[in-house]
Amino acid sequence: MNEQLALLPAYLTAHLQLTLLALAASAAVSLPLGIAATRVRWLEQPALAIAAVIQTIPSLALLAVMVPILATLQLQSIGFLPAFIGLSLYGILPMLRNTVTGIAGVDPTLKEAARGVGMTPAQQLRQVELPLAMPIIVAGLRTATVWTVGMATLSTPVGATSLGNYIFTGLQTRNFSAVLVGCVASAVLALLLDALVHSLEVGVRDRRPRLVAVAGAVTAALYLYTVGSLAGSLVSEGDRPISVGAKGFTEQYVLAELLTQWIEQETDQPTAQRQSLGSIVAFDALAAGDVDVYVDYSGTVWANVMGQTGTGSRAEVRSAVAQYLDETHGIQIAATLGFENAYSLAMRDEDADRLGIARISDLPPLGLTLSMGGDLEFFSRPEWTAIEEVYGLRLAEERTMDAGLMYQAAAEGAVDLISAYTTDGRITAYDLRVLDDDRGAIPPYDALVMVSGRLVEERPDVVEALGRLDGRIDVEAMRQMNLAVDEGGENPASVATEFLRSLAR
Amino acid sequence: MIELRGLSKRYGDRFAVSELSLEVAKGELLVLLGGSGSGKTTTLKMINRLIEPTSGSVRLDGEDVAALTPSDLRRRIGYAFQQVGLFPHLSVSENIGITPSLLGWSPDQIRERVDTLLRLVELDPDEMRDRRPDELSGGQQQRAGVARALAARPRVMLLDEPFGALDPLTRQRLQDSFIRIRRELGVTAVFVTHDMTEALLLGDRIAVLSDGRMVQVGAPAELMRAPANDYVRQLLDTPRREAALVDSLLSTENTA
Repeated sequence: MNEQLALLPAYLTAHLQLTLLALAASAAVSLPLGIAATRVRWLEQPALAIAAVIQTIPSLALLAVMVPILATLQLQSIGFLPAFIGLSLYGILPMLRNTVTGIAGVDPTLKEAARGVGMTPAQQLRQVELPLAMPIIVAGLRTATVWTVGMATLSTPVGATSLGNYIFTGLQTRNFSAVLVGCVASAVLALLLDALVHSLEVGVRDRRPRLVAVAGAVTAALYLYTVGSLAGSLVSEGDRPISVGAKGFTEQYVLAELLTQWIEQETDQPTAQRQSLGSIVAFDALAAGDVDVYVDYSGTVWANVMGQTGTGSRAEVRSAVAQYLDETHGIQIAATLGFENAYSLAMRDEDADRLGIARISDLPPLGLTLSMGGDLEFFSRPEWTAIEEVYGLRLAEERTMDAGLMYQAAAEGAVDLISAYTTDGRITAYDLRVLDDDRGAIPPYDALVMVSGRLVEERPDVVEALGRLDGRIDVEAMRQMNLAVDEGGENPASVATEFLRSLAR
Repeated sequence: MIELRGLSKRYGDRFAVSELSLEVAKGELLVLLGGSGSGKTTTLKMINRLIEPTSGSVRLDGEDVAALTPSDLRRRIGYAFQQVGLFPHLSVSENIGITPSLLGWSPDQIRERVDTLLRLVELDPDEMRDRRPDELSGGQQQRAGVARALAARPRVMLLDEPFGALDPLTRQRLQDSFIRIRRELGVTAVFVTHDMTEALLLGDRIAVLSDGRMVQVGAPAELMRAPANDYVRQLLDTPRREAALVDSLLSTENTA
């Protein structure tokens, strides 16, 4: 718990930066636009419609879609910017709609009185309409505040640090105290910010200058701190830290730690990690140079990025991938770590024995009596389509679930098959058996340390240091490390340290 | 003081007001009298440009009101209407002092003026000054509304059925107060009503409107003596007719 809480200041600061700045941006757009929409009649429908459509996009998707959009515009595609833009867009609807409703809802009698006493339209807005609409507008602001604090936790997969880092990492590594810290912290933050807005409103409405002063001071202090810390981090870009990426599962966290410690050890370069990135987000970020290095798998690039449906030998696939990466994206392979982490179909030992199943081609006759659990990506991946086609496999049920929970699901019999990772120690720990891919539907998955073209150009020394990891990790070693985290409850950083120490011997 | 020349207001193919010409003398109270749809409120609102005329002109002290910006014009004209429209988020004194504050008077000047006006409309300044409008009765709100209309010392007041929503006793009290105030200040006023009795009580002259046109204008006695048509005659006879009806009702009850 203590090591979790040690991360709190950093995560909380980052979360505040995202939330407060996104809210300011949303308000800056919504309030003037809302006021304009009450003046220029035809503006109201389109403005509200667009905001509503944005709202229907699932928040995670909205954040994720920012990545390729910004990459195309040659802007920073992962990290603060896409999260900030996505969050700002999301906060618009509640504030815009409430501004319009609030102002439109002012008694027409009062608007007539305002004109009658000699107010100009601007005075009418400022002295009558806005004050009377304020409760509704502030309600919109409070809604937006609470939503934004919650939604900011989803910034983690697009590379922006937030309290969500606790939650995503915790879910993957089954560290529920981390998840708890993340949830409690964001809930408390949401309540505090909401209370702050409410105090300001009450203070203004009931004319309590001291309350306004206190709430105003706290708000100002938060904003100063947020902007200051953000500016500070931008300024110290002098020696840009090496950005190490990690996708969203245990092996990735371990390998990211390993790369981080290795780089720092071998080259004295500061590093920064971006964890829990989605597969495509990680790849796009590497191609754009916003991430410098991460570990991906030859089969993943082969099937998902290159769109290949067939397969080949381990060496064939690796060299095809290397060539493609270089020619199309300028990405280099700094090292081939020496193990494969392939998708496989796994089944409980006792079930496999009882049903006489040793290979995937044994499955089709029984297909419609079987259910399968897959990770968040598996069933939409081309590899699965390939397995279905090559083996003529049709199952009764396909369930998508968190990778961390898959193994338990199989062990308990909630599903009959799972898409297990071959380096996952939980295969043996939970008495599961990997079924032989006898018709070779699944491509090889060599673990590759991929580096951006930018890193090759700017820091060849780092690339060279990474090269020294070539062939240093075998399947058994990786499995042990994964098992230590998943079942042993150790954290990825210390597991990586242990391994590097063993390398040195 | 006020000159309406050939004033018209068209909505689509319907004329709410049609070729209306009228003069209001300085210090006079002119009543615009008519039923619903007669165009009386529309006419009133064209004077302070809450409604813009389709054609024709309005002159205030010789000056075409279209030459001024609407807000400047309205700061020179007191406007009170039936729903009162006191701003709920402001105190009574802030409401009354609104036009002076728009004109840039000093806070001291405003405060003094507000107290004077509160007394003028028979509200106790100490009691009423800091109250919110929703703490006032209907009659008190309307008194405050009249005070607000008078705050910046306008020479012209426009009133749109200001006492229409009040009970008969309150209405009578307010009518009496209003007569007294007008006598004290000498303000020129245009007063819209559909209540014949009110028109007869308050008006120096009455302009009878029907269907957007002016049927007849003159002092009450003149209209009674020589009504221009049956409509005017029946209209002006209404109070007497009603009183006679009430009388006969009460006497039959007494004998029954």
